[in-house]
Amino acid sequence: MPSSAYDPACLPDLLPLYYRRLFPFAQYYRWLNYGGVQKNYFQNREFSFTLKDDIYVRYQSFSSQSELEKEMQKMNPYKIDIGAVYSHRPNQHNTVKSGSFQALEKELVFDIDMTDYDDVRSCCSAADICSKCWTLMTIAIRILDRALRRDFGFHHLLWVYSGRRGVHCWVCDEAARKLSAAARSAVAEYLSLIKGGEETVKKVMLTDPIHPFIRESLEVVKHYFPQYALQDQNILGRKESEEKVLALVPEDVKKELQEIFQEERNPERRWRHIEVQAKKKQQTAKKRQYFEKEIMLQYCYPRLDVNVSKGVNHLLKSPFSVHPKTGRISVPIDLTDVDKFDPFAVPTISLICEELDRPKADEDEAKSEDTKGKENEQDSTEKRKIRDYKRTSLAKYVKYFDQFLAGMADSWKGKLLKQSDLQKEF
Amino acid sequence: MQFPSKKPKAVTDLKAELYSQPLQFYGQPPLENISLSEFESFAVDRLKLLKTVENLGVSYVKLSDDYKKKLDNEIKTQNFPHGAGEQTEKRRKDHISHFILRLAYCQTEDLRRWFIQQEVDLFKYRFKELECGEKLKFLHKNNLQYNTISAEEKDNLREKLATSSYTASGVKVEEQDFYKVPFQDALDLVRTRKVYLEEGYVYIPHNEIVTIVLNDFRTRLSKALALTARSLPAVHSDERLQPLLTHLSHSYLGQDYSVQKNVGKISLEQIDSLAGKSFPLCMRQLHQTLRDQHHLRHGGRMQYGLFLKGIGLSLEQALQFWRMEFIRGKVDADKFDKAYAYSIRHMFGKEGKRADYTPYSCMKVILSNPPSQGDYHGCPFRHSDPELLKQKLQSYKVSPSGVSQILELVKGMHYQLACQKYFELTHNVEDTAFSLSHPNQYFTESQKVLGGGKDVKRETDTLQRPQENSAARGLTREPAGDESQHLAEITKNLETDFQDA
Ligand code: SF4
Ligand SMILES: [Zn+2]
Repeated sequence: MPSSAYDPACLPDLLPLYYRRLFPFAQYYRWLNYGGVQKNYFQNREFSFTLKDDIYVRYQSFSSQSELEKEMQKMNPYKIDIGAVYSHRPNQHNTVKSGSFQALEKELVFDIDMTDYDDVRSCCSAADICSKCWTLMTIAIRILDRALRRDFGFHHLLWVYSGRRGVHCWVCDEAARKLSAAARSAVAEYLSLIKGGEETVKKVMLTDPIHPFIRESLEVVKHYFPQYALQDQNILGRKESEEKVLALVPEDVKKELQEIFQEERNPERRWRHIEVQAKKKQQTAKKRQYFEKEIMLQYCYPRLDVNVSKGVNHLLKSPFSVHPKTGRISVPIDLTDVDKFDPFAVPTISLICEELDRPKADEDEAKSEDTKGKENEQDSTEKRKIRDYKRTSLAKYVKYFDQFLAGMADSWKGKLLKQSDLQKEF
Repeated sequence: MQFPSKKPKAVTDLKAELYSQPLQFYGQPPLENISLSEFESFAVDRLKLLKTVENLGVSYVKLSDDYKKKLDNEIKTQNFPHGAGEQTEKRRKDHISHFILRLAYCQTEDLRRWFIQQEVDLFKYRFKELECGEKLKFLHKNNLQYNTISAEEKDNLREKLATSSYTASGVKVEEQDFYKVPFQDALDLVRTRKVYLEEGYVYIPHNEIVTIVLNDFRTRLSKALALTARSLPAVHSDERLQPLLTHLSHSYLGQDYSVQKNVGKISLEQIDSLAGKSFPLCMRQLHQTLRDQHHLRHGGRMQYGLFLKGIGLSLEQALQFWRMEFIRGKVDADKFDKAYAYSIRHMFGKEGKRADYTPYSCMKVILSNPPSQGDYHGCPFRHSDPELLKQKLQSYKVSPSGVSQILELVKGMHYQLACQKYFELTHNVEDTAFSLSHPNQYFTESQKVLGGGKDVKRETDTLQRPQENSAARGLTREPAGDESQHLAEITKNLETDFQDA
């Protein structure tokens, strides 16, 4: 296998290739056009590009898929962000009367970033991740995906790897896109259990009775906790991290546990002791005590950036954008197999560009098709592009995206049918 | 003033109909002519009432007995409707005054937020005070109908309904009706996880119905204010009303500290010592973090940056201050100019929309944008662990009894009072003559006590000799020269203004 190590210096050379032959424009457009149910939905959408040397251009918008393609191929953005659907075309925002240019709709989005877990992971810090701490993202996806579907009744969730150290979720249901800012922040707060900044030690407080949503989330955490927290992070195995855990239990329990820990070194059994203490306390204390659950949640529960979810006009990195630092493509995550998702297996732009250059297996067939396609050039370039990404490791991620789009298409069909029925009636 | 009116047909009937209910949604603007003097007095009275609502909300647990008693008193004093019985005139005043303040408070985001919050709190209190029958009448009259769930559905969900925290109020699932509404209609209950939520619907027990009603009230009011704002130019061209409305809207927080009064009076070298003496804890914490880590995240930069602007840093000083600190950390000068300088100029209204940002009030610091991972902004009385707060207070040499007094206030959620107590203890004054609502106010008051910062020596003196309390207190009563003039202006009573008007 040829070396496909990514070098940021090559990005200017690779991007044109990526946008010309690999970026899945057709699917991308189909997604953001939402079946054409609402007029100008795609046309009024804001895109923003980060170009070479951190030049940042906001309020881009495109009238069609081909215009989007042309512009992206011309500008070769280092990073693409998606913003809201506005009342007017974003690229004309300067020409409309101030105040009337307003963000109307956007997917409900969530951003979970590993840097927010620095106080509870010992394997890495800041922008680094490893397979150990990636479990935190798996837990986050499982908990939020369940709640957004079961509690809030959403169906069309697109989970995307950010390309470096986190995941994004795009809730694409019509009802989600229409939520007010107040509703978005209410949803985000419903889903947030970790409270407080650097001046707060104990970040989770449960009250009695435990809400069904928290109980469901705890089930997920319990599943991962022994392997992830006790083994991989070894939170009860080292003096320093052990103290951090003990800071989260009531004073009297802490003393008792400290004594026990003098003798007991095994992390699993130490945890068992914490559970036993919690049980004991629950039976005797006036106010219910849930410190063992609170510890589990503080170490594993998803940490949302509420500000990203709140605003209708907040920008979020687009799927299939390239991460300029790692070169990895921001790819959709297959939810049926979320435990197996490996961020390090996500292809980099250098890898897929290299894969393009390998000899094609279906060369002959392709040639004959090319000659046939002369009458309809547009068609054949389109086809070639499809064949192109299919020859790379991007293919399977585009397939997940296709599956997601198929699910949404069903809901558009219903909508369009209703609309045409209505038209007939009049 | 004349509200947009149609026909004065049978005004008395209309009035009787309009004011037949103790509480309304303010759906219809008043249709009558009123005199300018009535206009003024109604507006001033309601403003006083709303300010009381705000103050009570800070000092007491909302809807606790004390809160209710005090609020009821104020409603009576200001002659607004309370209790049952014939009160057409008071209800008329309630109606008209609400609409006048809409005019005054629709102009900016901050004003709208303040007004909506107080009106919603007032409405909540008044709705809760209604008798059961009146509540139903109210719902009926305003077409607020909600679907109840069947006994069977209730049975199926019993366990889940019971563990969604409202049962804490002691009501059994069997004994009450549950309404099923889209979650968008009960955001406050969703936010706080006080209801069971399934497939996008919330299940609300009857005794929480006030939440849906309030949600509705809030939504309508905020829409109405946005509409009013758009039609405002017409009102503002009225020479008699314009100054009046502006005045009304300016008096909600005393001063907003957005106008720079002392530009250039402070040098960058002074900041460290001022931070220790005259900054409230929230700003002291941000300053300390900035010095230690040479960086602050966005929330902290905004909160601290605007505060510094408020105490008199010029744009040039601010740029110098932030750059100096940031480049000692991971940011080089080039990156600073590219990524951060813009937002600082923005704060001073020199970039982008040229909006002149206003320093955050305590209310804003305490309520909006709570700190999360990596953040040091917020209010230490609200957002720090009590244990850490205690340690911090101790390290700032607050006496043990002082610490416990402060923590007691924090426990009762009286964060601003706790801060004020801290002020009293550290400035050695027994009874402050102001009521704290703004970090910049804390600073101004502190400087006043300390004699404009010139008199550092006196401060240390009094700190060492508590028996000199009275001397220090004298200072707060007799601020010197310009300062007192200035203060008098701020605190000038609305009433006197209107008497001359
Ligand atoms: S009460 Fe106000 S001034 Fe005092 S620390 Fe909190 S926010 Fe700052
Ligand atoms: Zn790691």
